[in-house]
Amino acid sequence: MDTIIFATVAVTVIGLICGAGLAIASKFMSVKVDDRIPKVRECLPGANCGACGFAGCDGYAAALVGDPDLPVNLCVPGGSTAAASIGAVLGREAGEVEKVVAQVRCSGTCEATSVKMDYKGLDSCAGAKLLFGGTGACVYGCIGLGDCAKVCPEDAISIRGGLAWVDAKKCIGCGKCVKTCPNGVIALRPADAHMVVDCNSRQKGAGTRKACKVGCIGCKLCERNCHTGAITVTDNLASIDYSKCDGCGKCIEVCKAGCLLALNISAAGAASAE
Amino acid sequence: MDAVKNIIFIVMTAVLINNYVLNQFLGICPFLGVSKKLDQAAGMSVAVIFVMVLATAVTYPIQYFLLNPKGMGYLQTIVFILVIAALVQLVEIVLKRYIPALHASLGVYLPLITTNCAVLGVCISNVDSYLVETAAFGGGFVNALFNSFGAGVGFLLAMVLFAGVRSKVEKANPPECFKGMPITLISAAILSVSFMGFAGLVQNLFGN
Repeated sequence: MDTIIFATVAVTVIGLICGAGLAIASKFMSVKVDDRIPKVRECLPGANCGACGFAGCDGYAAALVGDPDLPVNLCVPGGSTAAASIGAVLGREAGEVEKVVAQVRCSGTCEATSVKMDYKGLDSCAGAKLLFGGTGACVYGCIGLGDCAKVCPEDAISIRGGLAWVDAKKCIGCGKCVKTCPNGVIALRPADAHMVVDCNSRQKGAGTRKACKVGCIGCKLCERNCHTGAITVTDNLASIDYSKCDGCGKCIEVCKAGCLLALNISAAGAASAE
Repeated sequence: MDAVKNIIFIVMTAVLINNYVLNQFLGICPFLGVSKKLDQAAGMSVAVIFVMVLATAVTYPIQYFLLNPKGMGYLQTIVFILVIAALVQLVEIVLKRYIPALHASLGVYLPLITTNCAVLGVCISNVDSYLVETAAFGGGFVNALFNSFGAGVGFLLAMVLFAGVRSKVEKANPPECFKGMPITLISAAILSVSFMGFAGLVQNLFGN
């Protein structure tokens, strides 16, 4: 009987010593966490998408509290609401958040372009890219194996006709797909953009034309016809400066390749172009 | 010179011949769970080395000064688990306070190791192999510390090797029924068999 009691007491005492030690240690060695960090964290959407450039929402919250000069409007999915509530917690100016969405800059569907090989390898764009620059005739275009769809936290990307397609309503603008795409086909654009260049080909016009029916051949017709100077052609590819574009739609009229895509052409812009 | 030779013998044995993962099949859970990425595998292993040495440094004196003199050797498992769990928690608190950088890299793995069977296994086998009640405390204790260090390094070796094997297996295209865990277990078994090739190594090197 004594043995049992002694063993029980011994284990209890050891347990108590360990417990007391831990309690004392956690009391005296506790690290002070700024109580604003959890408050800021609550304002963020918790998608942990990394669009702000920090490791998840916790990282951004900690950085915001630690660095008084860090802008509060870096969270794209949270938008103006998150920026305003963070601003309220930290007592800073919120500023505007421009809502952006991802845009697949390629219209090379199965009809418009062709494949140059019967690819049977790894089911990923990054894998296909290693073989002669991808499966398609155009090495700049969408490979269509859906690496972007796999990383999208909101399931906003699907593959349609061999081409990645972004559901702008679901897209939160985190930019994960932009970083994943081995061809750099996807870019972020303002959600209220008037138009987009639906091509990523930097080949010379003849090469683009050979590979794809709807690629930008860099003819500069759009550049010459743009009355605000928003479109410029560099490396045989048109690009739009969204801060200048007023959405007159003139460039779409003159484009022969059909690589410019209208999203919402504004009547005001069209009137000012006349 | 004999002492150094003895220590090298102990460490080599623990790393290659009595590898705790591949030869004694302890700590299989992290071996299969955390070996998907090389940096995670290495981080986890460094934490294991750290905890194994610390746990031995604490449990060996408990066995020598407390359990054995009172004839309570049968309480070994429960007391060791209790002490190791508390120790790991304490280490986590201390690291968080004083070495935040180390805590950031090891922190996530420390709770995983709290009741890891490899850590407990090393502590118990240290007591079994090196603790002689009639002998002095010091010699056996030093041997036990080096054995647990070797066991940790052996764990690191197994994890790093297996992380490499797995990255190849991921890219292979096994038959449908072998995909995932089955092929992982088979490759673990082959790795384990290959470690048996080390069996005669240390005896032949050191001639004992």
